[in-house]
Amino acid sequence: MSAPTTPPAAPVNRIGLTRADYDGSKTTLCPGCGHNAITGGIIQAAFEAGLEPHRVAKLSGIGCSSKTPAYFLGQSHGFNAVHGRMPSIATGVHAANRELLLIGVSGDGDTASIGLGQFCHLIRRNVPAVYIVENNGVYGLTKGQFSATADVGSTQKTGRANALMPIDLCALAIELGCGFVARSFSGDQKQLRPLLRAAFAHRGTAVLDVISPCVTFADHEGSTKSYAAVKQTDAPLHDIDYVPFYEDIHVDYAPGTTREVKMPDGSTIVLKKLAEDHDPSDATGALRVLHESRAEHRLVTGLVYVDPASRPFDEELAVVDTPLAQLPLERVRPPRQVLDSIMRAYREGTVAVGAGGG
Amino acid sequence: MKPVVNDLSIHIATVNGSGSQTANSLILRAIFQMGIPVSGKNLFPSNIAGLPTWFTIRASGEGWVARRKRNDLLIVMNPETAAKDVAEMGPGSVIIVNESIAIPEVPADRIVHRVPMGKLMEPITNDVRLRRLVVNMIYVGVLAEILGIEEAELERALQAQLGRKPKAMALNQAALRAGMAFAREQLAGASPFRLERMDRTGGRILIDGNTAGALGALFAGVTVVTWYPITPSSSLVEALIGFLEQHRRDPETGRNTFAVVQAEDEIAAIGMVLGAGWAGARAMTSTSGPGLSLMTEFAGYGYYAEIPAVIWDIQRVGPSTGLPTRTAQADLSFALTMSHGDTQFPVLLPGSVEECYQFAMDAFDLAERLQSPVFVLSDLDLGMNNWMADPFVYPEKPWDRGKVLDDAALAKVRTFERYRDVDGDGIPYRTLPGVRDPKGAYFTRGSGHDEAARYTESSEVYVRNLDRLARKYDTARTLVPAPIITDAPGAELGLIAFGSTHWAMLEALAMLQRQGIAASYCRVRALPFAASVAEFVRRHKKVVVVEQNRDGQLAERIRLEAPERAADVLSVLHYDGMPIDAESVVAGVLAHVAPPAAIGQGVSR
Repeated sequence: MSAPTTPPAAPVNRIGLTRADYDGSKTTLCPGCGHNAITGGIIQAAFEAGLEPHRVAKLSGIGCSSKTPAYFLGQSHGFNAVHGRMPSIATGVHAANRELLLIGVSGDGDTASIGLGQFCHLIRRNVPAVYIVENNGVYGLTKGQFSATADVGSTQKTGRANALMPIDLCALAIELGCGFVARSFSGDQKQLRPLLRAAFAHRGTAVLDVISPCVTFADHEGSTKSYAAVKQTDAPLHDIDYVPFYEDIHVDYAPGTTREVKMPDGSTIVLKKLAEDHDPSDATGALRVLHESRAEHRLVTGLVYVDPASRPFDEELAVVDTPLAQLPLERVRPPRQVLDSIMRAYREGTVAVGAGGG
Repeated sequence: MKPVVNDLSIHIATVNGSGSQTANSLILRAIFQMGIPVSGKNLFPSNIAGLPTWFTIRASGEGWVARRKRNDLLIVMNPETAAKDVAEMGPGSVIIVNESIAIPEVPADRIVHRVPMGKLMEPITNDVRLRRLVVNMIYVGVLAEILGIEEAELERALQAQLGRKPKAMALNQAALRAGMAFAREQLAGASPFRLERMDRTGGRILIDGNTAGALGALFAGVTVVTWYPITPSSSLVEALIGFLEQHRRDPETGRNTFAVVQAEDEIAAIGMVLGAGWAGARAMTSTSGPGLSLMTEFAGYGYYAEIPAVIWDIQRVGPSTGLPTRTAQADLSFALTMSHGDTQFPVLLPGSVEECYQFAMDAFDLAERLQSPVFVLSDLDLGMNNWMADPFVYPEKPWDRGKVLDDAALAKVRTFERYRDVDGDGIPYRTLPGVRDPKGAYFTRGSGHDEAARYTESSEVYVRNLDRLARKYDTARTLVPAPIITDAPGAELGLIAFGSTHWAMLEALAMLQRQGIAASYCRVRALPFAASVAEFVRRHKKVVVVEQNRDGQLAERIRLEAPERAADVLSVLHYDGMPIDAESVVAGVLAHVAPPAAIGQGVSR
């Protein structure tokens, strides 16, 4: 690599920010940690998408993965919550301010064990949030215990093998009606970045299960989530391009070789077919692909399932356009005559009194 | 014999799900409309239908509304409990029994009226299911006749409740009249108790504490409500949902200026409240004991991250099943320091339905001013029973959103540091996500952060932060509702109580006075205590703290306020799941001030 003779001005995105404007503080994770690559992917995708930092809220639970929101988008508010409970925080933040883009980062312990219930109910409600699972199959911060996504037969550094079935977060998400389900690999930025950008555009919960090798506790032979193992088993469903609403689609694809998914904001996900034609709008087919690939020890990655028309939670809540947090007093305190009429009802007994129940 | 006028308790023993609620509230309303102070207490099982349930109505010309230990009239509608119910009635009492129910021999000094309720229902309807529901109106009619409850008021109350359902109205009216006619013909002059019109309830309302709390939240401008169903808290949120749907829809779009989320559990409920409070909503949740237990970790997080949250706890007795539908005041110590680590929370202690309403509003102002979870501790007795009150007062003050910097405010400051004590009151400034100014952004986490919200494991910074949080809690002393203190001139005895115990205290104070014992009274309404609580302890020779738990949780806190007087702070404790009564209070107090006088049945230590 040779240094340029004159330093070029840092390129800016469509809202005039440089990539550095999307940086956070320095990572404190292990050198080579897959999570750092995902952090880089988020920064790059946010820069490319021209996200307004003040419109983003970063959320996380507890674990190595959950530390990472401090390492990106330093100009956004962040909320490092308690273990496994980021989804409830996300639900509350969304209810208070539906204009915020929520980027949640969790891990396999945080999501598939202690937080499994909240994960399920976030999806069930379809709370608009990008939910990234940095999945390495082990608890890193507590030094390498198996998590609930560890594959059967995968070993710890000590040689002990996991005997329990893994929880497939993508399959679970599809089962729960999630409208955006993707799996990727921290080492495949080419795939991860368009997936992140598509997830930013999704209205509803977007689950990205990103296999992210733990260099300290799960990068040895015998671990099914080591860099070597993932590189060997990674089976992309398609090549992915993301074309935002403000750009034209370049027509350099041969007819019949791509699938296009239109997102609500006018953006397009372009999926270029590989050996097999994966239809991401078919939930049953997507589940079959996940089941078959697990049996064949293949790690399928890509946009597994998408339903751009899924009904987001703020529509279900039927809230006013203005974020609830910004409503002035006169819109949330009913006038005096309302209290007067309620008091009249309780004076005259026109409301049923008393209660019971158990 | 001269009848006892306007001083009686009616105990109605029925079966859960048998439709007695309409009948019982009718009696309550009619007495209330006759101008006689009245209260109603529902003693119900954890069950939808089939288990025994009791409703007690107390009418008191003097205005006493606490539970009374002794009942004067009994209505026997449940064969399962009839023997025990009858055995509890004392000399001079009146027992009205559905003729089809066998009861054991009763001593001659109790009056027993057997009413052929089945036969009286025969001409009214052929529908067996309706007969079962409407038969309750027979005892209403019998009571009306023998006590002198005015028929016009019963009709008015019935009209108010069933006026929109003419068919049900006609059936109930017929049963009511059949009961009255029977009593008039068969039981004339058969009661030593009478109710006579007076004018002590004019303009007042009858309402339960949970509905009152819901109204307070409505007028506080609550925007996010989360909950998980649990007795006895559910009715607060259910009432609130009703009010919100009626009064908080945008007139133009019909859309909501609120969000209610039924959570998957109480952990999620408090998590949502913290997320919403962090993002600037007025957010609350309501729960009871087991739910409170689940909220502990997040409560501590809210304390350290300094996020406004309002948490109602409608107290009931201990964990799991057993007595989930019985009352207690036993969550005080737990709520006060809920969570691991060094935590302390403002806890509001409403003692009346008016205070449920008022504190519901105050709690939001305090939570946002103090940037802390704030607990409101009601209880089953206050929350689910009906209490008389003056009509609630419309809030005159605007809301207090606390120290929030918006873009305009940020533009005026050079730096923003989330956790710096700029004003010396321990309360920092905060920003809300969505603010444009990049210096407004900060990263929220639990205990280990410096003034600028940066991660640190520095011991020095940690101590500095903890000390500031303690300073903030000290500031809260001056902001929370102050105690209400009534000094009896020259009294050496001071009584302290909180919450729903207040009503038994008022009656007990009058009973003590009749016995020549003067006592001052301090009703604490929040923790941390105002300085006046310690002063109250110091100016009385002996202090008795009356509360509805086993271990004297409030007394323990009072002793900490005036440690040099700890030995003079004594307890009267009531913890059987039933609302406390004045007799028990008096017996407990007498045991402390006049030993070794006879100790009544009150549980005292």
